Amino acid sequence: MRNRNATAYRFLTPYLLIFAIFWVWPIISSFLISFQATRTVPWRFAPSFNWGRLIGDPAFFNALKNTLLILVIQVPVMISLALVMAVLLNSPLLKARGLYRFAFFAPVVVGEVAYSAVFRLMFNLDFGIINKLLNSVGLPRIDWFSNVTPAMALIMIAVTWRWAGYNAIILLAGMQSIPEDVYEAATLDRVSKLKQFFYITLPLLKPVIVFCLVLSIIGTMQLFTEPFLITERGGPGGGTETLGLLLYRQGFRSLNFGYASAVAYTMAGLAIAITLAQLWLTREPK
Amino acid sequence: MSSRSSARLGRSIALHLFLTPLALIWLFPLWMMVVFSTMPDNGIFSPGIELLPHGNFIDNFNNLQRDTNFVGAIGISVSVAVTYTILSVLLTSMAGWALARYQFFGKGVVVAIILGTITLPYAVVLIPQFIMVARDFKLANTWVALIVPPLFNSLGVLFMRQSFSMMPDDLFDAARVEGVKEWRIFLFVALPLARPMLAALAIILFLASWNNYLWPLLINSQPGSMTAPVALGTLIGLTKVSWGGIMAGAVMLTVPMLVVFVLLQRHFIAGIAAGAVK
Repeated sequence: MRNRNATAYRFLTPYLLIFAIFWVWPIISSFLISFQATRTVPWRFAPSFNWGRLIGDPAFFNALKNTLLILVIQVPVMISLALVMAVLLNSPLLKARGLYRFAFFAPVVVGEVAYSAVFRLMFNLDFGIINKLLNSVGLPRIDWFSNVTPAMALIMIAVTWRWAGYNAIILLAGMQSIPEDVYEAATLDRVSKLKQFFYITLPLLKPVIVFCLVLSIIGTMQLFTEPFLITERGGPGGGTETLGLLLYRQGFRSLNFGYASAVAYTMAGLAIAITLAQLWLTREPK
Repeated sequence: MSSRSSARLGRSIALHLFLTPLALIWLFPLWMMVVFSTMPDNGIFSPGIELLPHGNFIDNFNNLQRDTNFVGAIGISVSVAVTYTILSVLLTSMAGWALARYQFFGKGVVVAIILGTITLPYAVVLIPQFIMVARDFKLANTWVALIVPPLFNSLGVLFMRQSFSMMPDDLFDAARVEGVKEWRIFLFVALPLARPMLAALAIILFLASWNNYLWPLLINSQPGSMTAPVALGTLIGLTKVSWGGIMAGAVMLTVPMLVVFVLLQRHFIAGIAAGAVK
């Protein structure tokens, strides 16, 4: 490697300009905006204006509660499912591997709008295929859209369908980088497949699993499109409203940029806490 | 020996008995998307169970085109995704090259800022980006607004930095001894060697742009400037709208990507697994 400032910056500058203007500066700017009253012209500095409102706003706590609830249930379920998919797809006994991979990985390319539309139709009260199937096996149909619990379940089902395969891809890549001879040695020592999974695969895969967890938590924390389109703007009655949706409503419906920035920085704070937890969980043992 | 092979067979059967229903459940929404897109609206909203495609796709497409200019929106989406992908691959591979192959003043700071902010939620920059692009630059409802701000994405920088730093030094030193200029080494030696990585990156970036929803929804809300997902999204929730048409649109957004996925699966998977490189 050679020390050449001019050459290096010639390659770096075009990207750095964009990165500074559309990422680094907005991160700072958003923080500053959260301390300003933005519905007066000109904006004025009022440190507790938005943050004071935030800690007394039932809508904020409702969105925070919903977001955390989805996080706590959906993410572990999805990562466990992704782990199962990855382990089974990795099995040497599997035939027609390509077809199974296609089935689980295909949702990765499907856009949020397209799949939100399909899920709306599939879970429709009177004409949705899901309720028809429930009925046909003698179960009562479920009103997925006007009760909070089924509506939340629907959001979690949709997100899990869309992202489980994505995580399985990452986990599978992690598994395939575990050296084959570790398993061969274990098999020679008559260690069962199940034990091999718990004592070899899981520990060696821990950094990848933690990575998937962090990625999924940060993704789910910003959940917007699904409650926006599937349960119609966080319905019923705010029952599926998330922080992402609150940010959208405050920032772009009410044009209350200061308050929306405070909401955004709440998400950033959560993300920072989670990232620090990840670093701590995957730290090198001393 | 035979008891071991019969145990293997038993395990294999159990594996397929578990995985097949799960795979069918996973394919079901995509299958229903196709089925819905071929059914008339009164068929979608009827009490019977329909699991097979009908022949109404063209009618549904015409209904969609009546509800919104979907063909125009697809045109915008394709042009934006292609332009974005080319620019982003170029910018991020140049930056990745600089970070991988040169020692320079401020390098540590640049890497620290990229890595230190990569897990911040995109939601944090949404408001300032919007204010800047819409109010300060007055670029709302333009192509520039759709293409340029998302170029900040640093995934490509890290991915290409990793790819270039794994290449042996001698390759480039040989060219340097011959007096080849650095930008020519980058363009004609490094980039061709990185072709599989560039393909993986390009696919992931194209897909991200094609499916991008929130930013285009905010910044290009005028009917003539909407991308296809945004145009389709405006129809969801309307009372007088053709759901068969919405499904035809969903199929048009999804099926081309599924074809690309099947054809380029290796690159696709490499691109997604690359999300895990640090």
